[in-house]
Amino acid sequence: MNWEVIGIWLGAVLTLMLYSFLYRDNPFYKFAEHLFVGMSAAYWVIYSIYNVLKPNFWDELTGAGDGTPDYLMIIPGVFGLFMLARLIPRIAGLSRLALAMIVGTGAGLSLVSTLQTNCLSQIEGTIVPLTGSGTMGFINNLIIVVGVVCGLVYFFFSKPHDGITGKAAGAGITVLMVAFGASFGYTVMARVSLLIGQAQFLLFDWLPTMGINL
Amino acid sequence: MRLFLPLLVTFLCGILMILHFFVPHRPISTLGDGLTEWYMIVASAAIFLGSANLIQVHVHRISTKARNWQYSPVVLGGFAAMMVAGLVWGLEENRPFDYMFQNMVVPMGATMFSLLAFFVASAAFRAFRASNWRATLLLTSAFIVMLGRVPLGGLIWKRIPEISEWMMQVPNMAGQRAVMIGAALGVVSTSLRMIFGIERSYLGGTD
Repeated sequence: MNWEVIGIWLGAVLTLMLYSFLYRDNPFYKFAEHLFVGMSAAYWVIYSIYNVLKPNFWDELTGAGDGTPDYLMIIPGVFGLFMLARLIPRIAGLSRLALAMIVGTGAGLSLVSTLQTNCLSQIEGTIVPLTGSGTMGFINNLIIVVGVVCGLVYFFFSKPHDGITGKAAGAGITVLMVAFGASFGYTVMARVSLLIGQAQFLLFDWLPTMGINL
Repeated sequence: MRLFLPLLVTFLCGILMILHFFVPHRPISTLGDGLTEWYMIVASAAIFLGSANLIQVHVHRISTKARNWQYSPVVLGGFAAMMVAGLVWGLEENRPFDYMFQNMVVPMGATMFSLLAFFVASAAFRAFRASNWRATLLLTSAFIVMLGRVPLGGLIWKRIPEISEWMMQVPNMAGQRAVMIGAALGVVSTSLRMIFGIERSYLGGTD
């Protein structure tokens, strides 16, 4: 039995089932959609078992890594069980503790990392010299500086958008419109490239298994 | 009182992670590193919770014969097959788990996302109207970027790919930066609200 050909057929049939939605919602699409949900969920469970729980929890707790058991690992284990307590209504309140730990740690982590990468680094990248890089460089840097400042003014709602603030906010909307349009075009093209990839899979991998070579 | 302990845990964990960044010395560094590791472990328990919930929902749909219940066994079957393959044969290449992932999950994921190309195009066709000059600007920039990323754009005019690249590198970057900085400030304020217990909706109440 050629498992490679069977794999190609499985992928092709499921791909066609999902594309059948372009005609209308139908049982083939629903079947593939539900299968995708079930298999994806199991994929992430297995992934977290082998890549997170086994090396970071079980091996540490039992000392399978360096031979020294780390009994402190009982604490995240208990918090993990608290999280699952949500499934039992009588003790569902315990899950708040696990949720609190995730939210608190996540908030602390994201506060610092977001401030550093999405705020300070972006401001640093915006403070660029306007001269010394030719006429085009000057125009580009000017658009970036003015665009960022005006875009931020548009998001600042503590002052009414009238007078100079209103003009700056208006320029900000213009920059944001261009940016949203460009991002939209970029996203559409990324999806289209996926579509082309799937079409190539059907044409150049699947059809040859039936003796049809394009 | 039922919220006191969770709020205390949130506060201690949040403050510790902030201190961990600014104080790279023991005991803060040891505690911070440990908490980061614990965070990953507890967060993976959330994946188990989600999967358990998925099973619960679909078993309930089958038992009550809810609308479209016939597809629930497909979810459960796909879940069970992937779980058994992963637990029995592991994640190594050319084993059943990897085989099912490469030949079923990957093509289905790619197809699902490529379907969005059609939906986005049809939504854009309905929503995009050149009703004012700013809307026209949005429409034009989207059109130029799309045209610049296909060979046809270069055939129409050789400068189109360059203009498309410039739009991505200059006006798009300026707009994205403004959004990013604004969103980052929002994340900081929301994180502080959570750490100090002002925002507590994630605990399911305000009392």
